[in-house]
Amino acid sequence: MQKIVGKFSVKYVQIVDEKGNVDKKLEPKLSSQQLRDLYKWMVLERTFDNTALSLQREGRIGTYAQSLGEEAVHVGATFAARDSDWIFTDYREHASYLMRGVPVKNLLMHWGGSEDGMALPEKSNIMPVCIPVGTQTLHGVGAALAMKIKNQKTATLTFVGDASTSTGDFNEGLNFAGTFVTPSVIVIRNNHWAISVPRTCHDATWGGCQTRAETLAQKAIGYGFEGIQVDGNDVLAVYAVVKQAMDRARDGKGPTLIECITYRLGPHTTADDPTRYQDPKTLKAWLEKEPLKRFQLYLKKKKLWDEKYEAAVQAECKRIVDQGVVEAEKHKPRPTDMFDYVYKSLTPNLKEQRDEWQS
Amino acid sequence: MAKLTIVEAVRDALDTEMGNDEKVIVLGEDVGVDGGVFRATDGLQKKYGNRRVIDTPLAESGIVGTSIGMAIQGLKPVCEIQFDGFTYPAFDQLFSHAARIRNRTRGKLTCPLVLRFPYGGGIRALEHHNESPESYFVHTSGLKVVIPSNPYDTKGLLIAAIRDPDPVIFMEPKRIYRAIRDEVPEGTYTVEIGKANVLREGTDLTLISWGAMVREAMKAADAAAAQGTRAEVIDVRTLSPCDWDTILASVQKTGRAIVVHEAPHTLGFGAEIAARIQEKLLLYLKAPVIRVTGYDTPFPYFKLEDAYLPNPERIGRAIEQVMKF
Repeated sequence: MQKIVGKFSVKYVQIVDEKGNVDKKLEPKLSSQQLRDLYKWMVLERTFDNTALSLQREGRIGTYAQSLGEEAVHVGATFAARDSDWIFTDYREHASYLMRGVPVKNLLMHWGGSEDGMALPEKSNIMPVCIPVGTQTLHGVGAALAMKIKNQKTATLTFVGDASTSTGDFNEGLNFAGTFVTPSVIVIRNNHWAISVPRTCHDATWGGCQTRAETLAQKAIGYGFEGIQVDGNDVLAVYAVVKQAMDRARDGKGPTLIECITYRLGPHTTADDPTRYQDPKTLKAWLEKEPLKRFQLYLKKKKLWDEKYEAAVQAECKRIVDQGVVEAEKHKPRPTDMFDYVYKSLTPNLKEQRDEWQS
Repeated sequence: MAKLTIVEAVRDALDTEMGNDEKVIVLGEDVGVDGGVFRATDGLQKKYGNRRVIDTPLAESGIVGTSIGMAIQGLKPVCEIQFDGFTYPAFDQLFSHAARIRNRTRGKLTCPLVLRFPYGGGIRALEHHNESPESYFVHTSGLKVVIPSNPYDTKGLLIAAIRDPDPVIFMEPKRIYRAIRDEVPEGTYTVEIGKANVLREGTDLTLISWGAMVREAMKAADAAAAQGTRAEVIDVRTLSPCDWDTILASVQKTGRAIVVHEAPHTLGFGAEIAARIQEKLLLYLKAPVIRVTGYDTPFPYFKLEDAYLPNPERIGRAIEQVMKF
């Protein structure tokens, strides 16, 4: 005897297409102000990104990971969370920090080589940058489990990249989320690349790629909950899908995995040279689909965008970022802070070493 | 006062502190319905419910990683890893995150979790069930490492660990889990983390040890006493932060030191103790500092474990060596 014991499907959502046309049935109900806010946050992230890249090139900050082209994922998802929800990032989600009230100064202090940058403001409810990719999945799920134990009506939003889905911790996190029905939403920013290793396999009999899975969203199915694929360059689709998932999570209906399809338009970090492995034609094709231009077209059709508005937004974002640069460059970390935050109180070893440093 | 074994003292500490503080959560594999493979959490789920005593999937990194998330949200997770050799999959979470969150955020976020696990050889167990990985944890700044050797300290140190504002690795000597029964006070008390214990005073040499090896050191001290050699015995109790004052004061007095641990020789914590002693006390020393330890081999399968583990005879030979130097 044999029979089919499981059949699964994965939904894909796009609300605004590349020409700015909207699917009216799926269009979220957002005010003009909220739509303009979404746009402004994306412009702010790009302004920050361009500035940080220049600072790195001039040796004024260290190695930097760009967010170029991935703004809709960061902004759409973060916009869908409430301030009381917690956010867990890896290292590319600059907009998430800015949207949680973290000053530009802090981000540049971080990328400029000081721990002080991640001394985040109270109630920003966002974790510091997490460089070992995938590990933060467990933190997001564990925090959600704590919220559930404490009967809080809050949820967690965790960002990972496409390569993180290969890590053990990502999979352990999904399994914990599934078994404990935690209020957690995990957003995969599928930007198609893990430094030089592509998301998709191009050789039928060999690796050299991240995974042969047809979608990354389907990984949720293996852990007993829904995975949804979204056009990650469509900020409205990202917002709408994440919003629904966060609401479900807060209502006790458990986790959701959301795969946002986007594209890394820059290098992995400033230490990387993508011309060694990337086809320029692919890059060009994705440039056409980038999220800011698309959202501009949408806003223009709604009469919420024109050249004058654009100039005003650009000027405001430039002012915010430039001010952050000035503030960050004044910052000098205190050497004794190396010792003072390892434990709540100095241990005998650290006290001795701190004294030796000072003498 | 009840007479408890070490494993019963673990259970008593967890019960006491869960009763004191509803933020304390116990989680791990088989800790709930089954009460833990060594029964260290026996009856706790029945008493506190499955929201506070949580059976998890089999995933050690998952247990520690979710505990980090819980700790950041203000809970006090006490997670159990079933055996020493299964802590390795959780190293990344411990080393990269638990140990660093306070420093990474300059104190804005903290990670007060306790990771407890039975450690060490001597119970004829399978491979991966006999490890003494304390050096890895001591080497990682941001973690505290506590190893009791008797029931009284076990309860007091575990309650102190749960109350500690930083992540604590709590290693339980499984070989003597049920070997000793001691008076353990009911209710709440703590034993301070960071303080060694002079178990026996002596003037000729200092035996420095922790965990199950303390008992071996005491036996060796008894045997030496019969030969007229008076050994001081120190139970280090907390490897990180280490109570150097107590250790150095003793060695300054005796002029001879032997460190006994079952972890491998090279870069075991005995190496740090020996280095410290020569840095601070070179001119007081009457003999080189000797280490009686496990060998630089994988922990052998159990037919050879007695050949591997330090015992009173090996310690006795080291005592002769330093006395004759």
